[in-house]
Amino acid sequence: MKPIRRQRLILIGLMLAGMGLAVAFALKSFNENLMYFFSTTEVVEGKAPENALFRIGGMVVDGSVDRPAESLLVRFKLTDFNKEVTVEYTGILPDLFREGQGIVAKGRLSESGVFVAEEVLAKHDENYMPPEVADSLKKQPEPPAEGGI
Amino acid sequence: MFLIPDSVGRFFHRMASPPHFYAFTGRLLPWLTAIFIILTAVGLYGGLFLAPADYQQGDSYRIIYIHVPSAWMSLFIYVVMAVAGAIGLVWRIKLAEIVMISSASVGAGFTFIALLTGSLWGKPMWGTWWVWDARLTSELILLFLYLGVIALYGAIDDKRTASRAVAILAIVGVVNIPIIHYSVEWWNTLHQGPTVSKIDKPSIHVSMLIPLLTMAVAFKFYYLVAMLQRARTELIQRERNSQWVKGLIE
Repeated sequence: MKPIRRQRLILIGLMLAGMGLAVAFALKSFNENLMYFFSTTEVVEGKAPENALFRIGGMVVDGSVDRPAESLLVRFKLTDFNKEVTVEYTGILPDLFREGQGIVAKGRLSESGVFVAEEVLAKHDENYMPPEVADSLKKQPEPPAEGGI
Repeated sequence: MFLIPDSVGRFFHRMASPPHFYAFTGRLLPWLTAIFIILTAVGLYGGLFLAPADYQQGDSYRIIYIHVPSAWMSLFIYVVMAVAGAIGLVWRIKLAEIVMISSASVGAGFTFIALLTGSLWGKPMWGTWWVWDARLTSELILLFLYLGVIALYGAIDDKRTASRAVAILAIVGVVNIPIIHYSVEWWNTLHQGPTVSKIDKPSIHVSMLIPLLTMAVAFKFYYLVAMLQRARTELIQRERNSQWVKGLIE
């Protein structure tokens, strides 16, 4: 390769490396701001801001959804399979909201430790399958580990 | 420095000659268009009619047959654009510059489609049109990068100078590509994690995956068709005073 071309190629490489380094440092320092939500464990441990709006994410605990009659109030528990947080929300829930589904809620933590949500968004997981497959997965959740039979 | 077989090297060397490129792509384009149309018809029929409904989303998930291939293309085209830009910068090959600038508007189109279809799906499924999470925001930045490339190229009259400026912008913007891809793993996002590119096995049923991959290949061919057509126009515009372009008209 001619020296001038090699020089240009090296310059481009250096430019990319420099840019990459700068962006990596910037993202590292903004890491927390780039998190879209706090996990329930972080909220229970007091890492979430007090008296301020923030988002909480987790799975809706099976059997925890409670809808008192004659209102749009919904109460449910969120978990990250470590700590649980109770959430209250008044309004219409998205299509994908159901027990066992991941959601993200925006709101504040009340004095009593209940998260009062202003907005509830469903977080879709990355699994796509036909209903029959989902049904058969539910019926036999885990194939025998050893496969001895 | 590079170990490229002679025949491949010769092919690229000949393709870098404008008249040869023009003639060769002219013969190639009808075939590429035919493959694109057939694959799109097969992919859409498979995705919209043959693939089963999803266990949670029902039929709404079928937007992935447009959304996901578009999003993949938005990243792929950007990388092609930046690599072509780098080749243009180092070797000053006119055709690399032309491929670079001809890719920009196609890439911008795919990025816009990915954002638009994602938004349409997000409203019923997530409950919102838009959130400022890491994936959506970095994809929006990608759209601005494409628009920046197009605007910068248009702002400079001398197209060779313009190409050099644009190539630098395109190369600098490449840092956004891994950010988009890994955003759903590095940070908590509302957007779901990767489905197809998982290392062990994709978490999508094979009956849904086949049409998706067909559409992904179809979109690759669309990109080739659209980019080559733009490149041919750009080429004869740049070379309008040369003998071979005059020869075309007669």
